[in-house]
Amino acid sequence: MSLSKSVETDNALSAVHGKAASVKFDQVSKVYGTDVRAVDAVSLDVAAGELVTLLGPSGCGKTTTLRMIAGLEMATTGKILIGGRDVTKLPATDRDVSMVFQSYALFPHMSVMENVSYGLRISKLKKAEVIERAEQGLALVGLAGYGKRLPSELSGGQQQRVAVARALVLEPQVLLFDEPLSNLDAKLRRQVRDDIRDIQTKLGLTVVYVTHDQEEALAVSDRIIVMNNSVIAQVGTPRELYDSPTDAFVADFIGEANLLDATVLDVRNGMASVVLGSSVGGVEQVSGSQISITSAARTDAVGPARIAIRPGRIRLSPVNSENTLTGVIDKSTYVGSHMEYRVVTSIGTVFVVADAESAYRLGEEVGVGFMDKGPVLLPVK
Amino acid sequence: MKRSVVLWLVAGFIGYCVLPWYILEDGLWGFEWLFDGYPFDTDYAPALFLIFQGEKLWLSPILLFLLLPLIGDVFTRGLTERSAISTRRANVLIVAGIAGLAWVAFQGYGIGLRGWNFEALTTLFGPLEDRQFGMGAGALLIVGAFLFFLTTGIAGRGAVNGDVFVVGAIGLIIAMVAVFIFFPIVQMLASAFTDEDGGFSVGTFVAKFSENKIWGLGCVTGDTRCGVAWNSLFLAVLVGFFTTLLGLIFALVATRSGFRYGRVLRGLTVLPIITPPFVIGLAIILLFGLSGAVTQFVAELFGLQPTRWIYGLPGIFIAQVLSFTPIAFLVLIGVVEGVSPSMEEAAQTLRASKWQTFRTVSLPLMRPGLANAFLLGFIESMADFGNPLVLGGNYDVLSTEIFFAIVGAQNDQGQAAVLAIALLVFTLTAFYAQRRWLGKKNYTTQTGKGDGGMHVLLPKRVMLPCYVIAGIWTTFTLTVYGMILYGGFVELWGLDHTLTLKHYTTAFAVGYNDFGIHFKGSAWDSFWTTLKIAGIAAPLTAILGLITAWLLVRQNFTGKAAFEFGTMLSFAIPGTVIGVAYILAFNVPPIELTGTGAILVISFIFRNMPVGVRAGIASMSQLDKSLDEASLTLGASTWHTFTRIVLPLMRPAILAALVFSFVRAMTAISAVIFLVSAEYNMATSYIIGRVENNDYGIAIAYSSMLIVVMLTMVAITQLLVGRADTRRRSKAI
Repeated sequence: MSLSKSVETDNALSAVHGKAASVKFDQVSKVYGTDVRAVDAVSLDVAAGELVTLLGPSGCGKTTTLRMIAGLEMATTGKILIGGRDVTKLPATDRDVSMVFQSYALFPHMSVMENVSYGLRISKLKKAEVIERAEQGLALVGLAGYGKRLPSELSGGQQQRVAVARALVLEPQVLLFDEPLSNLDAKLRRQVRDDIRDIQTKLGLTVVYVTHDQEEALAVSDRIIVMNNSVIAQVGTPRELYDSPTDAFVADFIGEANLLDATVLDVRNGMASVVLGSSVGGVEQVSGSQISITSAARTDAVGPARIAIRPGRIRLSPVNSENTLTGVIDKSTYVGSHMEYRVVTSIGTVFVVADAESAYRLGEEVGVGFMDKGPVLLPVK
Repeated sequence: MKRSVVLWLVAGFIGYCVLPWYILEDGLWGFEWLFDGYPFDTDYAPALFLIFQGEKLWLSPILLFLLLPLIGDVFTRGLTERSAISTRRANVLIVAGIAGLAWVAFQGYGIGLRGWNFEALTTLFGPLEDRQFGMGAGALLIVGAFLFFLTTGIAGRGAVNGDVFVVGAIGLIIAMVAVFIFFPIVQMLASAFTDEDGGFSVGTFVAKFSENKIWGLGCVTGDTRCGVAWNSLFLAVLVGFFTTLLGLIFALVATRSGFRYGRVLRGLTVLPIITPPFVIGLAIILLFGLSGAVTQFVAELFGLQPTRWIYGLPGIFIAQVLSFTPIAFLVLIGVVEGVSPSMEEAAQTLRASKWQTFRTVSLPLMRPGLANAFLLGFIESMADFGNPLVLGGNYDVLSTEIFFAIVGAQNDQGQAAVLAIALLVFTLTAFYAQRRWLGKKNYTTQTGKGDGGMHVLLPKRVMLPCYVIAGIWTTFTLTVYGMILYGGFVELWGLDHTLTLKHYTTAFAVGYNDFGIHFKGSAWDSFWTTLKIAGIAAPLTAILGLITAWLLVRQNFTGKAAFEFGTMLSFAIPGTVIGVAYILAFNVPPIELTGTGAILVISFIFRNMPVGVRAGIASMSQLDKSLDEASLTLGASTWHTFTRIVLPLMRPAILAALVFSFVRAMTAISAVIFLVSAEYNMATSYIIGRVENNDYGIAIAYSSMLIVVMLTMVAITQLLVGRADTRRRSKAI
């Protein structure tokens, strides 16, 4: 944003007051037909002024959850509270919630101004106030002076900002975003993502944001709710999710992960000593070469376990270095910012990200080691 | 109390206390009743004034039901919990609505022109020395009020998220379809089961239904004639098959041959819409009739005696194939285009030749579309009334037999009803097959997503025959339409071919007299009536169709499938059946409509509504659903969303639906011919009358006039809609 624009934006900011509220789901389910459970007994809390992302693969129930907050879908069972008030049965019209749609859903037959002021006009505000607030909204997203244009005369990014302004000017208790960046090209995404986050923090809005892009979720959220198969898989800050996923799904979905068999030898002070490789009868190893690591323990149980290791937290070194496994480079790919290797070891094939300067050849033997805090113990299914 | 309830309460009271309860001889808009003893004259009095005079006391409970919501309101005022209040008030509204509707229906249906309508009621309550006429404006308003009490109550109990507007719209459409489609059909069924003494008898029905005249197979076994049902069936199958074949050929030529004038071919598809159904039949007579141009020519050439061979199966067949091929074309052009080019390209990369690709991929993918076109042709042929009437000769079909059973010397309504049931069984079966069986088998791509690639051109061995057949048929069609235009300017067809304007002056002369312009021509009356009736019916049809489409596409409610089936059903009910059903149902109280313009308007609305619904569904499906949702989340009500977002964006569809229903109303004949009266005579029935008097000149001149008027209208709309379309597109870029 240019300097003048940001001054203008700050002026507008002071004019828009949020009245952010919390969102609470209590055992909410949505059943389509007789037995299709789109959302299954989900309970969640979003604090006022927080940006929470619903993240998950398509069909996991995240959009249905969002639409239930908006009142576009009605919960089959359970309770939904917004700002402490039970809104379970309230239709969208009567909820104080605005939504930015994936397709933006700008009314093509209305000008930008008419679009942004639509909700204000419906609320029967005075004409002067309608115009004033709509103009503030437009200024807030950096589109002051674009009021007379038609949505089709704007670029994709500008349309997106109009959609945000239209939702903002109503000063909703909760602002919802349904995959707002999916129609933008890659470069614009980063900028719009930052703009959204900026506005949210400055106005202190409660935002629920749906995406299937884990990078976007990590970048933008206070907290992330990962959903899978209609239920919540894990809730946490971006760092918690990345560093200590609670199951194989989350580990694999948030960033990539190598999932390896392992054996817990013993647990002391919450730290587990682990030997990689599946065990056959007690502590005896399958392979000749073995490697020991320690990791935060989930339980006191000793025995077979699964372990997740990020590709970037595996270190390649000359063969037979200390505390490494021996592996053979099976595939190497140059992707510009770094190198990607597929390495075959005695405990399985691992995927490794190394810096671009490394130059291992196909068939070369390497030592595979793990960084501290790299491996994460997962519960065994 | 909700605003909408108050509104309907007021409307109800106006209906009860101000407007005349019974239907008025001279119509409400004459306003003569206002100065003729109103409000005390019992013919014109509102219900309240009738009761004060001690008349029609059975109308008094209605007041009680009308007051019920007010009473309920007072009694729930003491409650503290909000949800309890709204639930109870909703319950009261439901009770008031149901009780009110039931009572109005009961008294209207139970007490007729001769006191009690049913023996059972006489024995129960004793003889009644009073009688009543059909219900009028007052009753209509009361019924509306009760209906909306009911729907508001249902919404109040939480149906469709408690949306009063949506539930009200659903209720309104269900009520209309029930009264104007199901009620007449049931009434017709009932009359088919009625014996000579007026009692219920299955035997009578079975005897009439299984008659040789309907189902006889004499033509197969001996030399007598076959039953009308077989005649109709045979004709319909034949027509269905040939229209599909020709339609496919035209569709292939238009889209797959690199033919440059595909747009012109598409233009031909408007022809059946703007052509009154019997006009093709007339043109066929001009060409092949006893004194027809071709007949005369061939007779002279080969020295043959001209015959009347065209009257009967050949004539009807040719006329119907001419009339309905464009419809099949319209359906199949979508199907042919819908086959994804990438599938054909895939087949080609798998080393299939053009011919193999066409035979093994393209054609099988079109199969459901072909079946659909066949069923459409079948239904249209079954329902067609105009062509068999003009060209039938000795080949009797169901639709015309129904007509003759009513207007002929026999005037046997029971017989007409039985024939109508037979016809209905055929068309409904086809309709059901089309929806249940084909509905699920649709291979064509309709996602609207970009599907790259070009359609493969036809292989030569398919293309050449297609070109030839399409060329011949187009020439034939153009000749036929040329005949119609030319025929109007000829003195006496077949005998005296001097050109003349006589027919036009007889029908459409305009003169001046002391009062200004004077429409002297004999056709003006029916022409203006037609414009007026069609002009009233068109907007009503369009709006009803669009609301229905909106409910079907955008709303979810229990029983939606049945709702859809009910609203689309009238598409499969032939006009003759509707005609018979309407005179059987609406000739006597409580709904007395025969002889009015209203019955024509109503018949047009319900005959043409399915088309409006389809157009609406098609165009609504193109609209991003999140536009509606965005409006809702911004705090707009459903009503607001519908009027401010949906309707403006549907403008082209609305215009198209308007013109279409207007034009259909102008060209309709099958139902109309039963429902016209001296006062409300329509153009088409006037023309048929001329034909029956062998007055072909005027009939043809009038038909040409209609075609030109409608063509102008369609062209103007096309221009407007086309422009609206491009404006939208340029916006989108």
